[in-house]
Amino acid sequence: MGVHHQIIVVGSGLSGLRAALEAKKNGLDVAIISRVQPVRSHSIAAQGGINAALGNASEDSTNSHAFDTVKGSDFLADQDAVEVMTQEAPGIVYEMEHWGTPFSRTKDGKIAQRPFGGAAFPRTCYATDITGHALLHTMCERSVYEGIKVYEESLLLSVVRSDNSVCGIITLNIKTGEIESFSADSVIIATGGYGRIYGNSTNAIINTGSGMAFPYMTASVPLKDLEFVQFHPTTLYGTNILMTEGARGEGGYLRNKNGDRFMKNYTPNVMELAPRDIVARSIQTEINEGRGFDNAYVHLDLTHLGREKIAERLPGIRDICIYFAGLDPVEKPIPIQPGQHYSMGGIACNKDCETEVSGLYAAGESACVSVHGGNRLGGNSLLDTIVFGKRAGHYAAIYLKSKPKKDCTTAIDAELKRVKAKVNALENSTGKENPSKIRSELKAMMVTNAGVFRDKAKLEAGVVKIKELKERYKTIHLLSKSKKFNLDLLRNLELEGKLVLAEVILKGALMREESRGSHFRTDFPTRDDAKFLKHTIAYHTEDGPKLEYRDVNISKFTPEARKY
Amino acid sequence: MITFKIERFDPDVDREPRFQTYSVADNKEMSVLEALFYILENLDGSLSFRYSCRGAVCGSCAMHINGRNRLACQTLIKTLNSKTITVSPLPHQKIIKDLVVDMDNFFEKYEKIKPYLINHSVEPEKERLQSIKEREKIDEMVNCILCGACYSACTMSALDGKFLGPAALTKAYRFYADSRDTAKKERAEIVDSEHGIFRCHTLFNCSEVCPKKIVPTYSIQKLKGAVAKKRLS
Ligand SMILES: Cc1cc2nc3c(=O)[nH]c(=O)nc-3n(C[C@H](O)[C@H](O)[C@H](O)COP(=O)(O)OP(=O)(O)OC[C@H]3O[C@@H](n4cnc5c(N)ncnc54)[C@H](O)[C@@H]3O)c2cc1C
Ligand code: FES
Repeated sequence: MGVHHQIIVVGSGLSGLRAALEAKKNGLDVAIISRVQPVRSHSIAAQGGINAALGNASEDSTNSHAFDTVKGSDFLADQDAVEVMTQEAPGIVYEMEHWGTPFSRTKDGKIAQRPFGGAAFPRTCYATDITGHALLHTMCERSVYEGIKVYEESLLLSVVRSDNSVCGIITLNIKTGEIESFSADSVIIATGGYGRIYGNSTNAIINTGSGMAFPYMTASVPLKDLEFVQFHPTTLYGTNILMTEGARGEGGYLRNKNGDRFMKNYTPNVMELAPRDIVARSIQTEINEGRGFDNAYVHLDLTHLGREKIAERLPGIRDICIYFAGLDPVEKPIPIQPGQHYSMGGIACNKDCETEVSGLYAAGESACVSVHGGNRLGGNSLLDTIVFGKRAGHYAAIYLKSKPKKDCTTAIDAELKRVKAKVNALENSTGKENPSKIRSELKAMMVTNAGVFRDKAKLEAGVVKIKELKERYKTIHLLSKSKKFNLDLLRNLELEGKLVLAEVILKGALMREESRGSHFRTDFPTRDDAKFLKHTIAYHTEDGPKLEYRDVNISKFTPEARKY
Repeated sequence: MITFKIERFDPDVDREPRFQTYSVADNKEMSVLEALFYILENLDGSLSFRYSCRGAVCGSCAMHINGRNRLACQTLIKTLNSKTITVSPLPHQKIIKDLVVDMDNFFEKYEKIKPYLINHSVEPEKERLQSIKEREKIDEMVNCILCGACYSACTMSALDGKFLGPAALTKAYRFYADSRDTAKKERAEIVDSEHGIFRCHTLFNCSEVCPKKIVPTYSIQKLKGAVAKKRLS
């Protein structure tokens, strides 16, 4: 039956590592399975910062943080979860500082904080513009200190359940090519986002969403709010590498081809510091109405900030521009366009990270707790990963104490056999279709049909296209038969998951006939609380997702029109 | 057209590495990593290489490109100014397959230097204060992405399999120089070992290749000074 651990965490980004550390602290036998070596996880790429009402730059309160988060979410966030996240934020940030995170500092030696969109005060703690790097290294360092076991370069393919509880997982060992099984009393999914379903994404190439798709397909755990896809307003034209919101936080301007700071026409009070969904739509509108450059991008102008400030606060951004765009932002404005950035939706779970399957937990970007609702504020995701990573580890440990004894051998063996047969069939497939074509058509379709602006016709066409791609996927052939590091096999296993998630996004967006947060329907441009102040829950069936709605937890903050 | 000469090796079937040639359309804005994906998708599905962020922050894609260790994602074809691009795995490392090398040794050394902040005093309720000046001292070292480019370029690391190497030593200095760390003596002892800092012959190979413009030699020299001081006292 393979290896056994009491708790298996899938994913070694911030949320996975934090979950494992918490389980370990509870004296449990925990191991991590990850697609990559931990420091290669996508959390490394976060630039701008992590939110916590420390009050180091000006007055602030956790209540204000909670309100901004709920308002930013367009009232779709669950307020009990937001309460937990914002209250725990200062403690979490101090803990990371104690573990060694090299935060940037104020004159009096405290953790520095910068303004971010949608926040009433400068609340975003940062380490220049490599905050994710600084945090992920600290978390990896801590896991070395605690001796956390990591099985790296293994891809989760299946979550095994029997009756209503989890039994373990099946993986592909990328280095050897073997299909392996792990039994566990509890499994925590912390596999990050699915950005690479889209053609223009800021995400790491490994962010294919397989960690959401496979549990959904194999363990029937539902997904929540997948139609809420965040488009970051400022990604480098061409490669879509992120230009952090910190660039606007530090005073950067957005200009169209006439040189106008166009945000004055959209959100004159907060200008460039409006929340992401609004800025992304404003930029896209400028482009669509012919005021962008080459019908494709606008400028992020930092030139007035000066060499010194850019070197001190945004050195990584400067390097990226020099290497990837051949320009120095000290001298020239940066060409930017909106790009897919974050998934507000994910595996459905509650504020204790519990899913519908006993013993199965989810945290971080692969989960939907939901603290971000229809739109996540910058700096709240790193916070989410650590707060809920810790909680997932904590509640999994509690679960273990009262868990009924159960024999999972049969269930795991059967699933191992099924997955092996499936992979085998893929390896020996002799179809005509080149899977790379499916992958690129999917990416292009998602940008056009489920992008910044949506409507019924585009979404319906997208659903039709997905059906076609799914059919074609059945007739692909692999290009390689090598056992070790077979990227062809790996990427085509991931592709199946991408198609499944894309369908959930499209159908959820089609059903949601309103505009809320990042989900903007040109045919239904207003928010409709009467019908849609609800979470979308998707269950997997062979014919695509079965969708239901579930109430949002509203406590302190009554929904009101969202104005900035 | 650009010619890619790529080193191929599958230890399961090949006795020794060989070069295979591919032609890729001359798209100057393309990075070497994108070219590898092009080859994978269109010319040869059996090619293996590592990737993750494609933005020069995760350290996955370090390899030997036109005579030098670089990040494939950060290296645009146009900056190489060459019609032929030769790509091999990081030198002196065990090859798993093609461009993928075994990084276990590298990370074992990283773990040896105790890569975590050590401070046994009672944790304050809020942050430990650190002045802007104190923070500046580690500004460069914290940028390390553990890609292994320096390690694999280091002649001493190639000769002495146990030498801690530039990346681990830079990490050691990152903590040594952190005003919040209280294990200076312990750290000096770890790096003052048979396979520690004094094996560094200051060849600067590491500093030359670092994609993050870090100078490991600086950290190593600083540690040498610290150890000398410790020995004297
Ligand atoms: C460029 C960029 C900048 C950002 N900047 C900020 C910021 O400044 N502030 C902020 O708050 N947020 C920011 N975000 C968002 C934030 O960084 C991410 O949401 C967060 O880091 C996700 O962390 P995670 O632990 O959930 O997942 P990740 O860090 O993505 O880790 C996922 C892990 O799961 C593993 N994995 C995935 N699939 C599988 C599988 N099938 N089997 C096995 N393992 C698997 C991977 O190997 C990886 O270890 C940014 C995002 C991007 C794209
Ligand atoms: S892919 Fe991350 S450094 Fe190149």
